[in-house]
Parts: sequence; structure tokens; C-alpha cells
Amino acid sequence: MHSPIDSSLSPAAVYAGNGQGLEKTQLTYGIIPLTDCAPLVIAKEKGFFARYGLDVELSSEASWANIRDKVLVGALDGAQMLAPMPLATTLGIGGMKEAMVTAFSMDLNGNGITVSNDLYQRMLAADPAAMQEQPLSANALKTVIKAEQAEGRTPLTFASVFPFSSHHYALRYWLASANIDPDRDVNLVVIPPPQMTGQLHSGVISGYCVGEPWNAQAVSMNVGRTLITNYELWNNMPEKVFGVTARWAEQNPNTHLATLMALLEAAKWLDQTENRMEAVRILTQGYIAASESVLQMSMLGTFQYASDEKPRKLPDFNVFYRYAATFPWRSHALWFLTQMQRWNQISDDNMDVKAVAEAVYRPDIYRQAAEALGVPYPTVDYKVEGVHEQPWLLNAATQPIVMGADQFFDKRLFDPMNLEAYHRQFDTFVA
Amino acid sequence: MEHRVILIDENRGRAAILQQALVDAGYTVVGVIHSSENLLQRVQELTADVIIIDMESPNRDVLEHLSLVNRENPRPVVMFADNDDRETIQAAVKAGVSAYIVDGLSQSRVKSIMEVAIARFREYQAMRKELDETRNRLAERKLIEQAKGILMKRRNMDEESAYHALRKLAMDRNQRLSDVARTVISMADLLL
Repeated sequence: MHSPIDSSLSPAAVYAGNGQGLEKTQLTYGIIPLTDCAPLVIAKEKGFFARYGLDVELSSEASWANIRDKVLVGALDGAQMLAPMPLATTLGIGGMKEAMVTAFSMDLNGNGITVSNDLYQRMLAADPAAMQEQPLSANALKTVIKAEQAEGRTPLTFASVFPFSSHHYALRYWLASANIDPDRDVNLVVIPPPQMTGQLHSGVISGYCVGEPWNAQAVSMNVGRTLITNYELWNNMPEKVFGVTARWAEQNPNTHLATLMALLEAAKWLDQTENRMEAVRILTQGYIAASESVLQMSMLGTFQYASDEKPRKLPDFNVFYRYAATFPWRSHALWFLTQMQRWNQISDDNMDVKAVAEAVYRPDIYRQAAEALGVPYPTVDYKVEGVHEQPWLLNAATQPIVMGADQFFDKRLFDPMNLEAYHRQFDTFVA
Repeated sequence: MEHRVILIDENRGRAAILQQALVDAGYTVVGVIHSSENLLQRVQELTADVIIIDMESPNRDVLEHLSLVNRENPRPVVMFADNDDRETIQAAVKAGVSAYIVDGLSQSRVKSIMEVAIARFREYQAMRKELDETRNRLAERKLIEQAKGILMKRRNMDEESAYHALRKLAMDRNQRLSDVARTVISMADLLL
């Protein structure tokens, strides 16, 4: 009943394609120069925005804080955001309080945890057996930290990219799973991604969790080794979203839909293997200050963990479209909210997190765009995470959709309908 | 109560202007930071009540981290974000400046610091714009002079008719005089 995307398919059913019905056609969207700004860049450079009557300027921003603030005051119409950002902003944690909306997930996975060569050697010496685990746990790190604490040394410093980011939660999850208390046993900081490699090299930090190309950069310069990707930590972990204010979404419903349609087409284009190299060229020529060889590593489905190792195959390191990757799952929102509670970013344990997830994550808007394009979409808003070790078929959709694996590396389950049980699993740290 | 202020701005000229303005207004500037090296450590050592930062600095995210309520940081730093005062925030974003304050500080007192910062950033912006425009005008005049010279030499025109020829071309093509001059210069070797 739904035809796949066809470039000859006229969007006339929704918009005349010439801007009719659009509340606004001149738009400025914000991006951060990282591999996964790709859907917005491709929507612009391959003419998908233009196809839906939108004249979009992309503004490269220096920080996530800028992205948030500029979207809030209307200096940007919308932007690439870290998935937890619209939730945090709606709750008013860390900045101004403003109701936000996301109806589009920009990608899955894309991050890695990298440590300095020096720390890697110490981990290897401390617990060679633990260093053979795949995926790699932080058990050897725990041994190193214990020994250093006994000597009275200052805690190791680890960096992520923003307090409300999948990177930050992935790093904390990984550390905590080895009984390392991220608030006591290490010193967590935020560092802008382009500075990560340098600070790792100079020893200011011992490790970090960051998106590409900044793991590949450390490996190619031989200043660090990637221990685990966030794909291995949680298969197909949500990463970035396209976010706008709720007010903007309300005032510009058709423009919002046209944007989502263009982004859907861009995401689909990006997940066609034969287009990835062109995407790498477009990104390195006008948007990201990294070489093609560094960027293409993960974009072409490989990942190099260390400079003395061959790249390994990791075909799902960057997922833009397949596995319903563009769908704004409310269960993803809930997972992020449980992390905010777990790490005391939300102090109110009785907050109605489900209401927050439903206000911010808007699959209803997504479905309108998917329906207009004639692409299949999920008919449910929530899914249990951690169940599937292999790809599986989502039947609760307008057409069955092939979904990716969704396991956590510690084999835990996340049931969005039973959050209390989930919280109880992570109670305290053993001293 | 005296407010201790840190400025983070890679632009030394602008930082100096703002520092002076804040001192004149009776604030204590405890540090001016120009680079991202050991930023967090320096910010923590200086123990300021207010941090003013250039919005184009990627280090804003470093400071965002300080907003986290954690056990080691009893006085979290929060963004200057009085929800009732969107105008100040809007003006700040437009001027390209942002601020973080120690939680619990009265927003109204900080607002006056923000106003000084916004005013100076705006002034600096205007100054830069004027400077750029002057530079452009000078460069354009040079181009036109050069194109005129080419026409005078190769087409045997006097100065006035060379200028008229350029102006006519600009009007016919609906282009700026400087653009036409640029075309004449780039084509000179080929065609004339």
C-alpha cells in the first residue's frame, strides 16, 4: 500500500513543491561539524530541501550551547541536536527552560571511547585477561583506578562532549558497569571534540567518548586506542536528532513537515552504500575539517581501534535510515530521562518522565511526513530495548520494517513500561 | 557585594575593552582567559561569581559541564538565563556574548554586568563592520583605478571616458562598478 521513495514521486499531494502552503521558506538550521551532521548537509547539497520548496542555509556552530541558545531565541529555526538536549531544555536543566520538540532522529551509533596509549598500557598490565574481552569492559580500568587510589594519586580525567549527550551517558554506563563511580573514581569533564586529540596527547585527559572523526583522528595520529564503540555498548543507540522549539513547530507545521520529508530523503540517500563516498567528499570539502581518509573510515563501515591493528568491519557504525533509524522512539527519550535521573541531573525522582517523553518526542508528526512520502513507519511509539541480538522484523508498522540489533553490552533489558525495575538494577556502587 | 568576573575571549582587543568597562562600572575582573588551555582548571582556581564568554568560543560547552549538580561541586555554575528576561538573552545572543553565574546569585544584579558586556560586544561588532566596509571601499576604489588605467592605456581613452565606459557597462549588466572593474582586469591580458 505504500510505495518506496521514488524521486519522480511528486510531493504535490502535500505541498506544490514550490513553497505553497509553507509558512516559511527561508530557513537557517544549525549544525556542528561532525560526521553526523550529514543528513542536513545532504538535504541541502543534494537538493532535497529545494525539492520541498525550502531555501535552507546551514550555520556551523561552535558549541552545543550555542545551538541550544540560538534555537531558543529564534536566531536558528532548528538544528542538529544531541538526542537528550531537547529533553533537558524542556525541563530547564542547565539553561533556559523552553518546550522543545523533535520529530526526527538523525542517526544511530557513531561514537567511541578512546584512551591514551599510556592508560591502555597500564590497563593491559593491570589485567591482561580483562583486556581480551569483546566488547571490552572497564574491568581493567577499575583495577588501575584502585591501585592509583591506594597510592593517593589524583583521579584520572575523562571527557565527553556535553552534559546531555549520548556520549556522556555511554561513558558513565561503561564505567559504572565495572563498578567505577563516575562522580568519585574519575573526574568527568566536557571538552569540544576538535580539542580532544590534543588534550589526550598532552595528558590533560586520559580518555574520552566522542563522535567521529575524533576517534579515528587519535588512532591515525597514534595518540590513543579506541576501546569500545557505542554500537557495542548498546547496539543502535540513538545519537542526534533534529530539534525545534514547540512554539516554532506549532507556528510552522507545513515547513516542519517539508523539512522532515527532505531529511527522510537525505537519510535514505545516505544509507545507500554507493553514496557514502560522495557524502564523505561533500562533508570534507565544505563542512568538516578532517581528511577524507579519516572520515571515510567509519562512513564506509569500518573502524580502526588502534594504529597497529587492521580496521575491523563495523557496518552499522553510522546508521542514518535503515532500522527505522529516523523514527523518534519515545522509548529512546525515556532511556535518556532514566539516565538523567540515575546521574542526578534530574533531582525529582517522582517526575512524570513519560509525559515529558511524549511532549518532546513527536512520532505523530514524523508519521505525517512518512505518510506523505509513502515510506513505511512504525505504528507504535515504544519498544523494549536489549532484546534482540540479531536483526528482527518490526510488524507494528505500516509495512514490516527490518530492525537492527538492540542489545546492551551488559545484557540488561530496558522495558519502557517498567522504569522502576530498570532503576533498581543500578542502585549503588560497591566501595 | 562585589562580583568577581572572569572574561573568556580569544579576541584580546575586545577583551581589553570589556575589562576596562567592567572595572569602570565597579566590578572586579579576576581573570581574562584567551586560550582553551587548562580552561576548566583556571576557571575553578579563580573562583568567580560571573563568567563572561564569547559565544563563538567552543569552550562554552566546557562551562556547561559546570552546571551539573554533583557532589564535588557544591556551587554549580548556571547559565545566565532569567526566563522572565528574554530580551536580555536575545540581545546577548545577537551581540555574540554569553554568561554563566554561580547558582544563587541574584539575576537582577548580574543583569547589569550583562548589559555592560552586551554593549561592548555590540560596539566592537559595529567597529569591526565599519572597518571591514572601509577596507572594502578602499579595495574597490583600487580595482576601479586599475581598470580605468587598463582602458586608458590600451584603448587610448582619457580618464573621464574610461570611467564612463565602466559605468555604462555596469549599468547595462546591472552589476556593481567594482565587479565590472574586476572583469576588465581579469580579461585584460586575454582580450585587449
